[in-house]
Amino acid sequence: MTTTEAAAPDDTILYHHFDDLDQQHLSSVLGMWVFLATEVLFFGGLLAAYVIYRALYRGAFIAAGEHLNVILGGINTAVLLTSSLTMALAVRAAQFRRHDAVVLFLSLTTILGATFLGIKAVEWYRDYQEHLMPGVDFDWAKAQAGRHEPSPRPDGRGTEGTSEVHEAGPGAGKSTAPSASVRRAESEMPLPLLPPPGGTLGEEPTTTEAGRAQLFFCLYFFLTGLHGLHMIIGIGLLAVFIALVRRRWFSGGGATQIEMLGLYWHFVDIVWVYLYPILYLIDIKS
Amino acid sequence: MSQHILTVRANLTVFGVLMLLLIVTVAATYAVPVRFGVFVALTIATIKAVMIMMYFMHLKFSDRLARIFAAAAFLWLGILIALSLNDYLTRGWLNIPGK
Repeated sequence: MTTTEAAAPDDTILYHHFDDLDQQHLSSVLGMWVFLATEVLFFGGLLAAYVIYRALYRGAFIAAGEHLNVILGGINTAVLLTSSLTMALAVRAAQFRRHDAVVLFLSLTTILGATFLGIKAVEWYRDYQEHLMPGVDFDWAKAQAGRHEPSPRPDGRGTEGTSEVHEAGPGAGKSTAPSASVRRAESEMPLPLLPPPGGTLGEEPTTTEAGRAQLFFCLYFFLTGLHGLHMIIGIGLLAVFIALVRRRWFSGGGATQIEMLGLYWHFVDIVWVYLYPILYLIDIKS
Repeated sequence: MSQHILTVRANLTVFGVLMLLLIVTVAATYAVPVRFGVFVALTIATIKAVMIMMYFMHLKFSDRLARIFAAAAFLWLGILIALSLNDYLTRGWLNIPGK
């Protein structure tokens, strides 16, 4: 990859507490990376929880993950990667002091970011319709039944689907009633590491697997929700930066400031680059 | 100022590789045996993340100190996840009475 030195005349204001513009720029870069490190660990807590529970409750998490829409998630990944490209081009334009191009590319980034959130909202609404939203409407039996009925799978009859294949093993039976089959699977299911919560299962439809699937969706909504919050903040920042660039508010064409905004935006992109495979892709059956 | 400017061509190349890797990771989900799926998916995701950090986030052209700062973030994330798993995954190994 070839790079060139900044061609534009340097009109950046040097603040008095810096020795030179290089030091001023580096301090901005380092400060931003320190912030991003805290962000990595902010997401890291949720990620670690997800990794641990995925390792413990693999079968239920696979069954739950198969409810997510791989295609919409993939389109969203493409949208976000494209927004990273426009963001990188905005930084480049700022380095050349091409203000109109900066405004154009920042606007494109904003539009792509909003597109991502729009698609995400559609996904969330579908999850809600499929009874997959913990705390609002979570019904694992209904969700499993709804998943298997419309799909033209040759093997699919009722709810004795993926979950039992993974978790119950060879004993997975031919029972027809969804609650009975789930309950039976649960009684047969070896619990290798942790005891079932409480032990008072019975009249409620909350089986162990339903609880684990609910845990998956809790983590899913918090991970994607926290990511979505960062997108909203990013779009807000983009709007402010567009207004400021239009007013020529920055010294040095805002090259450093827009680069820092770019670092934030690319970071949010990287988070999604990891969320997409671990939530949508891993272990699904074709 | 020593800010490096990536050419449009370089930006587009990185973007193209990223999109290609996105297609590869989706295809690999269905093509690769399930037990290797996690490793393939995470490897591709890490390649994508490193490319974004190196080119879009300019780490390739940044001061070494900036790269250390970036690496530290992921080092600590690794410690968080690895040591937590080390605890959870080995709890059942010892038959401690009354546990």
